[in-house]
Amino acid sequence: MNNLELKKIANEVRKGIVTAVHSAKAGHPGGSLSAADIYTYLYFEEMNIDPANPDKEDRDRFVLSKGHTAPGLYSTLAQRGFFPVEDLKTLRKLGSYLQGHPCMQHIPGVDMSSGSLGQGISAAVGMALGAKLDGTDVRVYTLLGDGEIQEGQVWEASMFAGHRNLDNLVVIVDNNGLQIDGAIEDVCSPYPIDKKFEAFNFHVINVDAHDFDAIRAAFKEARETKGMPTAIIAHSTKGKGVSFMEGQAAWHGTAPNDEQYAVAMADLEKISEELNKEGQA
Amino acid sequence: MADVKKIATRESYGNALVELGAANPDVVVLDADLAAATKTGVFKKAYPDRHIDCGIAECNMVGIAAGLATMGKIPFVSSFAMFAAGRAFEQVRNSVGYPHLNVKIGATHAGITVGEDGASHQCNEDIALMRTIPGMVVMCPADDIEAKAAVKAAAEHEGPVYMRFGRAACPVINDNPDYKFEIGKGTVVKEGTDLTIVATGVCVGSALEAAEMLAADGVNAEVINICTIKPLDKDLILASAKKTGKVVTAEEHSVIGGLGSAVCDVLCEEYPVPVKKIGMQDMFGESGSAAALLEKYKLDGKGVYEQIKDFLK
Repeated sequence: MNNLELKKIANEVRKGIVTAVHSAKAGHPGGSLSAADIYTYLYFEEMNIDPANPDKEDRDRFVLSKGHTAPGLYSTLAQRGFFPVEDLKTLRKLGSYLQGHPCMQHIPGVDMSSGSLGQGISAAVGMALGAKLDGTDVRVYTLLGDGEIQEGQVWEASMFAGHRNLDNLVVIVDNNGLQIDGAIEDVCSPYPIDKKFEAFNFHVINVDAHDFDAIRAAFKEARETKGMPTAIIAHSTKGKGVSFMEGQAAWHGTAPNDEQYAVAMADLEKISEELNKEGQA
Repeated sequence: MADVKKIATRESYGNALVELGAANPDVVVLDADLAAATKTGVFKKAYPDRHIDCGIAECNMVGIAAGLATMGKIPFVSSFAMFAAGRAFEQVRNSVGYPHLNVKIGATHAGITVGEDGASHQCNEDIALMRTIPGMVVMCPADDIEAKAAVKAAAEHEGPVYMRFGRAACPVINDNPDYKFEIGKGTVVKEGTDLTIVATGVCVGSALEAAEMLAADGVNAEVINICTIKPLDKDLILASAKKTGKVVTAEEHSVIGGLGSAVCDVLCEEYPVPVKKIGMQDMFGESGSAAALLEKYKLDGKGVYEQIKDFLK
């Protein structure tokens, strides 16, 4: 899939995120939008998955350790055909299978329940270890928030993954620089993130989280890295694609009202038009 | 009971795991630097590739077990009860309980019989914590035979299981050819008509001793061994309460949230009778030998007997 196609899908994923959170009147748009390109690349290029057979045994696994950005995951899974895009509007509503945070028992394509920060990475490490024990070539991906890595369990898991040379594991940190209470370096700085993972025996790749060439190269490099897990530090913009949400901590966990929703969708529609033009050029 | 064979249930845990390991290649055992104490060392020796030492990081260990379970493994997570149920409570709740993953938690060194390590390591709260998690099976075996049976039953059960084992050697009481183990089933270990003693873990032995002393006073106590605290064998407890009209619970655990509370939950809703809860009375333990602590906190045979005598006054 070429970059233009990926960009178009990522933009549709963003529309789904905004629509789902608007419909729910709650949820986390900022960190969902910042990771939309990563989600798109994982599910449309990188991972061995089959929407028609979400539980197939030899599939690659994805654990959304930053579970609050479930709208991003759900929108991507819907675009990929795991369930109808229309269902995104049921997010967080009573009776919907689209729970506020990922629930593996009820959502096709969700490999692990998550939401309590710091826990998903441990489960991903366990999956990678399981694949190694079985001698399969299953690869495991997990996405963490840059605020999330303030949780000590992240480093327990990283120590173990590095110690066990789990080269089938890719830890992605969505480094959008913002958490609920403000800038991560103001709240409790986790920087330097890359040096920390290096110290835990990870191969570390810094990447522009919105550049598909860079994302493609990073996942290729991760695949080629043997004897150690890879950490991809994805430098992103929180709220990416929606003008008034970009770079604003306030949009971490707030839903747009009707008016804001219209502006957000117009922003994304404009991007669609530009991408269509790019395709015709 | 001086001539009775005594084995710590943590030993039983390790030995049962070795047998399971031979029978099922999916069984893996995880430790957090306590394999020598949790007695899983024998499994490590037999199946080094399937023993995973996570280092001193219990929360991560529970998460790794969850991930392994999603890959079809049957992980047995081993640590002291204080750390498995206490420190890692939220990981057990959210990474294991909520997704109902097939993770087994082998929690050793539960209760005050940890002994000399003192209150920091004497977990009297684990049953209370674990039984609040939806779908969690909670077991507290009374002796070697029951502990081994419980471990095997846990492996066959699909879903999360918490097993509580002790550090100190305790008497083997189920050494009879008719002994059968089933998750969720209690057993009447002594029939009686005057009162019911519902006990778990090491306190089953204490309850039996107390029942002997009561018999000398002309009181015919029924003793029920409850290994599975959740799901609780309500029918057995209700039938006995209806027969005797008085219930005593005995456990090496806080009287808040443990077996006593579980029994009261059933009785107060379905057949209220006078109840005495014997256990740790909302307090921490302290350093001392297991035997001295059981005596001090009135959880040995004599202590249980004395507390029952008070209750019967």
